Amino acid sequence: MNQAPLHIVLGFADWVSLFGHYLLLSLMSIGGAVSTSTEMHRYLVVEHHWLTQAQFNNSMAIAQAAPGPNVLFVALMGWNVGLNAGSYLAAMAGVAVTMLGILIPSTTLTYCAARWGHKNRELLGVRAFKQGMAPVVVGLMISIGLILAAADGEAAADWPLWLISLVAGLIIWRTRIHLLWLLAAGAIIGWFLPQ
Amino acid sequence: MTAERPRPTSLTDLFVSFTLLALQGFGGVLAVVQREMVERKKWLTQEEFIEDWAVAQIMPGPNVVNLSLMIGDRYFGLRGALTALAGMLCVPLLVVLGLAVLYAQYGNHPGVAGALRGMAAVTAGLIAATGVKLGAALRKHPLPLWATGLIVLACMACGLVLHLPLAYTLLILGGLSFALTWRKLKKASS
Repeated sequence: MNQAPLHIVLGFADWVSLFGHYLLLSLMSIGGAVSTSTEMHRYLVVEHHWLTQAQFNNSMAIAQAAPGPNVLFVALMGWNVGLNAGSYLAAMAGVAVTMLGILIPSTTLTYCAARWGHKNRELLGVRAFKQGMAPVVVGLMISIGLILAAADGEAAADWPLWLISLVAGLIIWRTRIHLLWLLAAGAIIGWFLPQ
Repeated sequence: MTAERPRPTSLTDLFVSFTLLALQGFGGVLAVVQREMVERKKWLTQEEFIEDWAVAQIMPGPNVVNLSLMIGDRYFGLRGALTALAGMLCVPLLVVLGLAVLYAQYGNHPGVAGALRGMAAVTAGLIAATGVKLGAALRKHPLPLWATGLIVLACMACGLVLHLPLAYTLLILGGLSFALTWRKLKKASS
């Protein structure tokens, strides 16, 4: 599945466009950056072909396997886009552009709004916003889970992976087992799966 | 805030605390924040944690990143906010990039590639399950379950079938859901 790496050329305008897009995504990332990953997939994989489907999936998986906030999957995607553009320098630029883009608007907004929100948490508008967004966040979460499970899109060969996703999802839903055990189990099963 | 209350002694303390905290969080740091900040270090009371978390949740951006920003701000203002943020992100970023480079070296090994696919499948299950778990909370939503359920399905259709950009989904469905919830809450309070 380690496909031939993509070779892309990123001009200055592309970097600006990438940065601008992540600035916008930051403002939309209610419920966490992961809720915008559907949109990142559309933008990076489908629209611009700056990232392969495998790189997208691996970025999500590595960030999940590593300790730290899940938002680091954004840095990995930036890293891979930069690598596709040809150098470690571009990869570092990719990390900087995507991470600053995804963080600056949301953190600025949070910083300014924190005290206000703290004082006004009983306000009708604040409650309606928070609760009103809840079903949208749920829908986005389930969607990105399904997009990731779709992996390489070969249903016949992929059924064991769908099965892993399904079983893992059920276990996570019904039990409080540590995620690390499931990731380890997924890795071991995956290691022995026929390619 | 009383004088005896535990608090970070310096910006370095803040940075190191958040770094260690982040490095413990596999697949979700929020639970670790609660354990470290409230139960062990006692920098926050349970109530403060819940209130801060609610605001972090309302605002766009990663919840734990927002939370670290707010906790840092509480003690050292803007400098504290940036320090806590840096603690949460810097070292974990290096770890994750290190893993990615290792993967690039050994990723051609069929076993490694397979293992990654297995882990990605677990991740897909985790995210979908988190969605379903959050969905269970919709039973307590001011709107009836059939209405929130329809919004969830419409949201999935927008992303999976129509491939609509997220902004439209958020504006249309989020706006609709916000307006309906507002009306319902207003009726309930009057």
